[in-house]
Amino acid sequence: MDFPEPIRLLAFLLGMMAFVAVNAAYLVWAERKGAGRFQRRPGPTEVGWAGLLQPVADGIKLISKQVIVPPGADPILFRVAPLLVMAPAMMTLAVIPFSETLVGRDINVGLVFVFAFGAINVMAIMMGGWASRNKYAIISAARVVSQDVAYEIPMLLVVITLLMVTGTMNLNEIVQQQAGWFWHWNLFRLDVNPLMPVTFIIFFICMLAETNRAPFDMAEAESELVAGAFTEYAGMGFGVFFMAEYANIVVGCSLATVLFLGGWQSPFGVGSGVIWFLLKMYALVFTVIWVRWTFPRTQFYSLLNLSWKILIPISMVTLVLTCILLKLT
Amino acid sequence: MSASEVIPASDKPQETFVLNVGPQHPATHGVLRLKMTMDGEYVARAEPVCGYIHRMHEKMGENRTWAQFLPNTGRIDYLAAMAYNHAYVAAVERAAKIEVPPRAEYIRVITSELNRISSHLVWFGAFLLDLGGFTPLLYAFDDREKILDLLEAITGSRLTYCYYRFGGVCNDIDADFIRGVREFVAGMRPRLKMYHTLVTENVILRRRLVGIGYIGREMCRKYGATGPVIRGAGVAYDVRKVEPYSVYRDLNFDIPAFPEGDCMARYRVRMEEIEQSLRIIEQGLDKLPDGPVMGGNVPRVLKPPAGDCCFAVEAARGRFLVRIISDNKEIPYRVRLRTPCFCNLSLFEEASAGMMLPDALALLGSLDLVIPDIDR
Amino acid sequence: MRPKVSIKEIVRGLHSLVAGMRITLGQFFKPTVTVHYPHESLKMAPRFRGHIELVRDEKTGKPLCFACKLCEKACPSDCITVEGVKLEGEKRKSVSEYKLDFTKCSLCGSCVEACKSNAIRFSKDYNLATTSKEELIMDLFKRLEADQAKTGQPDTKDTREAGK
Repeated sequence: MDFPEPIRLLAFLLGMMAFVAVNAAYLVWAERKGAGRFQRRPGPTEVGWAGLLQPVADGIKLISKQVIVPPGADPILFRVAPLLVMAPAMMTLAVIPFSETLVGRDINVGLVFVFAFGAINVMAIMMGGWASRNKYAIISAARVVSQDVAYEIPMLLVVITLLMVTGTMNLNEIVQQQAGWFWHWNLFRLDVNPLMPVTFIIFFICMLAETNRAPFDMAEAESELVAGAFTEYAGMGFGVFFMAEYANIVVGCSLATVLFLGGWQSPFGVGSGVIWFLLKMYALVFTVIWVRWTFPRTQFYSLLNLSWKILIPISMVTLVLTCILLKLT
Repeated sequence: MSASEVIPASDKPQETFVLNVGPQHPATHGVLRLKMTMDGEYVARAEPVCGYIHRMHEKMGENRTWAQFLPNTGRIDYLAAMAYNHAYVAAVERAAKIEVPPRAEYIRVITSELNRISSHLVWFGAFLLDLGGFTPLLYAFDDREKILDLLEAITGSRLTYCYYRFGGVCNDIDADFIRGVREFVAGMRPRLKMYHTLVTENVILRRRLVGIGYIGREMCRKYGATGPVIRGAGVAYDVRKVEPYSVYRDLNFDIPAFPEGDCMARYRVRMEEIEQSLRIIEQGLDKLPDGPVMGGNVPRVLKPPAGDCCFAVEAARGRFLVRIISDNKEIPYRVRLRTPCFCNLSLFEEASAGMMLPDALALLGSLDLVIPDIDR
Repeated sequence: MRPKVSIKEIVRGLHSLVAGMRITLGQFFKPTVTVHYPHESLKMAPRFRGHIELVRDEKTGKPLCFACKLCEKACPSDCITVEGVKLEGEKRKSVSEYKLDFTKCSLCGSCVEACKSNAIRFSKDYNLATTSKEELIMDLFKRLEADQAKTGQPDTKDTREAGK
């Protein structure tokens, strides 16, 4: 299709926003439905068939509520934080290749772009927590920062390991390298690094921690901090934070799919396309939900211990191992 | 109030700040307030503030007849109402020298133990909820529902049973109930195994509980802690063994005690107690004698002879003691209730000093507090 | 604070996580255990202790209660007020007003136990939520008469069904 570049970009951005919004809304539904099934109950059923209109009803409810700014809160930061938290999810999806052609911007440093924007998320939550002038929120903000700093490191180490294998930071090229049967996926490239599955697990754990998902939901530990950084947010302010969590999961799972699971490549070598990308991504999303409804929350220092004492050493080992193996071959 | 009117925090940098946990907070399961002086995320001092649900149960006892006070006892610790009814009923029976037929005693033990299991299941779910695990709560409530259905069928109520009477129990149990209980006991053991795989073995949970929230024997002695708290400190103190009441003497069961004194020990004590209660129920059903369920010598107008009488039972949360003073009237002179949760809470301030906030809340959860039981 | 982490420990920890996830996945595919209230409701147990209601005499259709006030005395929360009138040509009094203040009732069942003539029983009605306190102060005698007027005949069979 030959459209002028600005129009194509605009269309893609609009599409992306719609994709993020629909995903965020319906992942809330999926989470509730999934939680219900894990707990032997049906989940939402009343609004629409199988509760499918529930996100719409929730959205209307949240939008119709007043946004309350608590006295003493920083009025600007308090309002900016929810806007900022949604931005990284929207931006990073622009470089994720959904299929060979369906990609917003095919840039050479796609991976750097994703991580650069991904870090804004932390800042937004910290901002919201700090601006709220609430003790729970400030504790939560402090937790978020130290948690994300701790998990950014093993995540980047793992990504560097992968970069050495791929030799490019262009996400589309990374996917194209994984063409063919599923043993060509980076996850199964045992020839360059026998610890590749471990690398994937580390990436997945870091992704859970980066998106503040259970069992690492320190920011929003309900039984300790009420609602953490979001305690003072009412109406859609809270709604946006809530949706951003799911949008970030989508981003994280998309990235994991692209880096490790061959993106839009079919596992059988033929029939590649966007459908495979979505299948793999939603399988990961399901795992994220599944993990949340299985485990209790970690304690804060074991969370940091896990990162500094287990994940970082292991990812270092995989990095060095990959270096050696690449040099040898 | 606009932003400018807000009094700014002190200019001098402060080392600590006060964090209110409760009276409305997800971790306190009721209207308990903890005034926590925090040093960062560390608890410098946690001061429990109680009294938000004080209902003057003891004073109410002085204003109504002996029988009329019975429904009150079930509302003190609403999760283990049977045991509380039992203590009061047995205290009055001791004072008025009322005989209880053996069948009624066995029914009391069986229903009390069922109630203990259901109470521990609620604790299990709520404790996991404190630790951030949601799903076990629903599984535990699924099992608890079976107990409540069984108890509802014989008592007519699901929570505040008010099933025991002076001289026995108000309704006899039927074959359906016995069959249902046997089915439940058979079904509960694999469920417990499932809980152990899902929860007890879980590395995240172990990291959160092992070595956290140490409560030693000395502290238990100092504050009068009982129940799973003291058994988690390695002291096998259980009223059912120490001063056996009802027919516990004839039943064969163990008192689980773990010497570690941490949250994990208290957790394991309760899980083990569920298993022991299943054993007690099974034996009770096997030994259940025939006969009446109400004693014959219950006077119509109850006036226990003047005197002072105590009765202690092992409730789900520890030793519950009823002391009644009678002056030979229709109305008690004094009803004194010694509830376990009050003592178990009082050690929180000492035990939680220096802990991190999530650990302190794990400790709070492991004490298994029922707030009306603290305030009465 | 913590002992050193060994590889064995990590593997065991991971295994415990996988075991937990296997259990929840197993539950995922099992049928739900909940009752979909209000579309479905359970049948209440025969001994279910709801609020109380008066019982009719099977022959005459009149309430069995003769206002002896035993229930009033037995009630721990003073929620029952019974008034009776002595009708012409009858040996006993008959009830003219039976007020139950359900806001105070603790559903202990002492009243039913105290009744010598089995004139009150537990209703199976559990949908008792209202928007006003006044609705919970009910006159059971009027309720019984209204019931009779509705059905047009003395209804003696047990109408207590679940979910009504």
